[in-house]
Amino acid sequence: MTRPVLLFALVTGLFVLTGITQSWSVALTILNMGVVSAIMALGVNMQWGYAGLFNIGVMGFAALGGLAVVLTATAPVDGAMAAGGWRILGALAVGIAALIAAVQAWRRMRRGRGLVVTVIVIAGFLLFRHIFDAGVAGVEAINPTVQGNLGGLGLPVWMAWPVGGLLAAIAAWGIGKTALGLRSDYLAIATLGIAEIVLAVLRNEEWLDRGVKNVIGLPRPVPYEVDLQQSAGFVSWAQEYGFDPVTASSIVVKLCYLGLFALVLAIVMLLAELALKSPWGRMMRAIRDNEVAAGAMGKNVKARHLQIFIIGSAVIGIAGAMMTTLDSQLTPASYQPLRYTFLVWVMVIVGGSGNNWGAMLGGFLIWWLWVMVEPIGQGVLSALTAPMADGWLKAHLQDGAAHMRLLTMGVILLLVLRFSPRGLIPER
Amino acid sequence: MDLLNALVAFANFVFVPAVAYGAQLALGALGVTLIYGILRFSNFAHGDTMAFGTMCTILVTWGLQSWGIGLGPLPTALLALPVGIAVTGLFLVATDRTVYRFYRRTRAAPVILTMVSLGVMFVMNGLVRFIIGVDSIDFADGARFVVNARDFRDATGLDEGLAIRSTQAITIVVAAIAMALLFWFLNRTRTGKSMRAFSDNEDLALLSGINPERVVTVTWLIVAALATTAGVLYGLDKSFMPFTYFQLLLPIFAAAVVGGLGSPLGAVAGGFVIAFSEVGVTYAWKKVAGYALPEGLQPDGLAQLLSTDYKFAVSFAILVLVLLFRPTGLFRGKSV
Repeated sequence: MTRPVLLFALVTGLFVLTGITQSWSVALTILNMGVVSAIMALGVNMQWGYAGLFNIGVMGFAALGGLAVVLTATAPVDGAMAAGGWRILGALAVGIAALIAAVQAWRRMRRGRGLVVTVIVIAGFLLFRHIFDAGVAGVEAINPTVQGNLGGLGLPVWMAWPVGGLLAAIAAWGIGKTALGLRSDYLAIATLGIAEIVLAVLRNEEWLDRGVKNVIGLPRPVPYEVDLQQSAGFVSWAQEYGFDPVTASSIVVKLCYLGLFALVLAIVMLLAELALKSPWGRMMRAIRDNEVAAGAMGKNVKARHLQIFIIGSAVIGIAGAMMTTLDSQLTPASYQPLRYTFLVWVMVIVGGSGNNWGAMLGGFLIWWLWVMVEPIGQGVLSALTAPMADGWLKAHLQDGAAHMRLLTMGVILLLVLRFSPRGLIPER
Repeated sequence: MDLLNALVAFANFVFVPAVAYGAQLALGALGVTLIYGILRFSNFAHGDTMAFGTMCTILVTWGLQSWGIGLGPLPTALLALPVGIAVTGLFLVATDRTVYRFYRRTRAAPVILTMVSLGVMFVMNGLVRFIIGVDSIDFADGARFVVNARDFRDATGLDEGLAIRSTQAITIVVAAIAMALLFWFLNRTRTGKSMRAFSDNEDLALLSGINPERVVTVTWLIVAALATTAGVLYGLDKSFMPFTYFQLLLPIFAAAVVGGLGSPLGAVAGGFVIAFSEVGVTYAWKKVAGYALPEGLQPDGLAQLLSTDYKFAVSFAILVLVLLFRPTGLFRGKSV
């Protein structure tokens, strides 16, 4: 019991150290993303730690959460629905109807069903494109420099978080239906693919989220720094305690975010722990450890896998929505698999797969390292190259410091897998 | 209606690019499928292995160019390719000794090895970015075209031109040689046969005195050769950019799964299936249709099924279809 406490104290110490040596504002920025990372790590831990499912599409599910923020919290664009929004929704309905018809035809028919399904799919796709393209042109023509998309529902931004979970869950259901029940590697390949496709959609469908033109200035669940600085009450409060109002406003905003995020983390953690300690959690681990035996005991392995895959993806989606809320913008071009998918995996493996506390610890620790490795690497390389003569090699080596973090994460992952495969806080 | 022009336009914009791309994917998928057959895990570091091999080749190419050594009309990179293969081979065998061998000895589950390959991917990716940077690098030199569009028009009198870039021709020739060598090696030599035996039934192969470490080492060397060749050909044809190589992982895996993981012949077929679908679905057929269809039936729009930004969706869709209807792949690969 002492080991986890010591480790959490150590990580807390790292953040406090950052606060003292750099600034509390920096420490809080890292901590906020650390909380988001910890929630993502909990989601992956449910899939890998409880059930042994190998999901390397974390980036895609997180991006779906980001999309949810745009669709839920931004104000609707005037006239977009009339200009083509209904057409787009109709086209999507036609597409889904065609898919359902194809699936039904495949299930119900016996002879010649391949031909019928092919015809349904092709006809459905052509009809979809016919309705869809005109609608898209209409929507994207509206004020393209700042809008050109459908906009959202104008709801409070925190409501986007469950919606993000819902979008991710729907995507996970589709993937799980096809790839679960086959070899574990196939799920990995399929999730890798869906992540790329989700990102391709976000980058190119401007009617949805303005594509690479980005959606900026998303609504925030917390007050703005500027408003705080102009509020007489806040300024006098800050001066009373001897703070500079500008610094104080930025720290207060970050603390507000931290409070909201910590609440979500606490809820997810509580539910995850209760689930893991319940009969359901024991069943999951039994299935993970021996699928054949669990199947023989009457457990529906495939259905349970689908269930946990959807739940884990939903948690990742919620975290993705929170991250976009924190950034106040959706920038599809900034989603990189090495940063999102694989870094979260390093968090889970290093922290301790199968143990929620471990995954959470890994989220905070690895995120701190990821941010800090770059300045540390810069320092090390400057020190190493200091005696060298100025030239292209020295400049090249110093530029390369930015890539040291990938190398470091890879080495950490390999070392943990080799020498401590159960992670820092092992599963009990 | 003008079928001849339609045919030339089809060859120019669809057939030739798809054959070249298919050959590159097939070489990549062969590497994935060999690792799967012999070492029994999906190697997610394969895209970055290709990037690493290409990087070594580019560095040697730059060296050769600065000494003024070249191949005339052929790209200098072909001369540098053997060195790139050798360095990558050494790197992969060293990785196997330091990283993978431990898990082989402890008989770890395949999914653990896959996870380990993620770590290797991180390291290789970091190395490549550290050494050569993240920018796009064009390292093709020598003649640009084997057949020039204008020369073709002048010679045949057709409206449409057919251009075959020298990198496309080189891709096809080199890939054909590499595949012929590989299949000769697997089917005719003693080591190749022992590899196939090991892939089919490990225990039986061990009983009959096959040295597993030797088989594994040879496999990594062959994979290094295939991955480096695939990467260099892709880089010559398009350009070298580390992130693009990482993204190639999806079509390469799709090709290997479509053909049947563990089946070399399937990997080749899968590569071409994926390439032709990708190019065919994302190509705007307006021009070809304009020649081939009679007046009045010609399409108004571009006749493009999906924009090129969705080319990954094509590999993915094929992958899903195969997983749904024939999880063992076209050529009955090793397992579901």
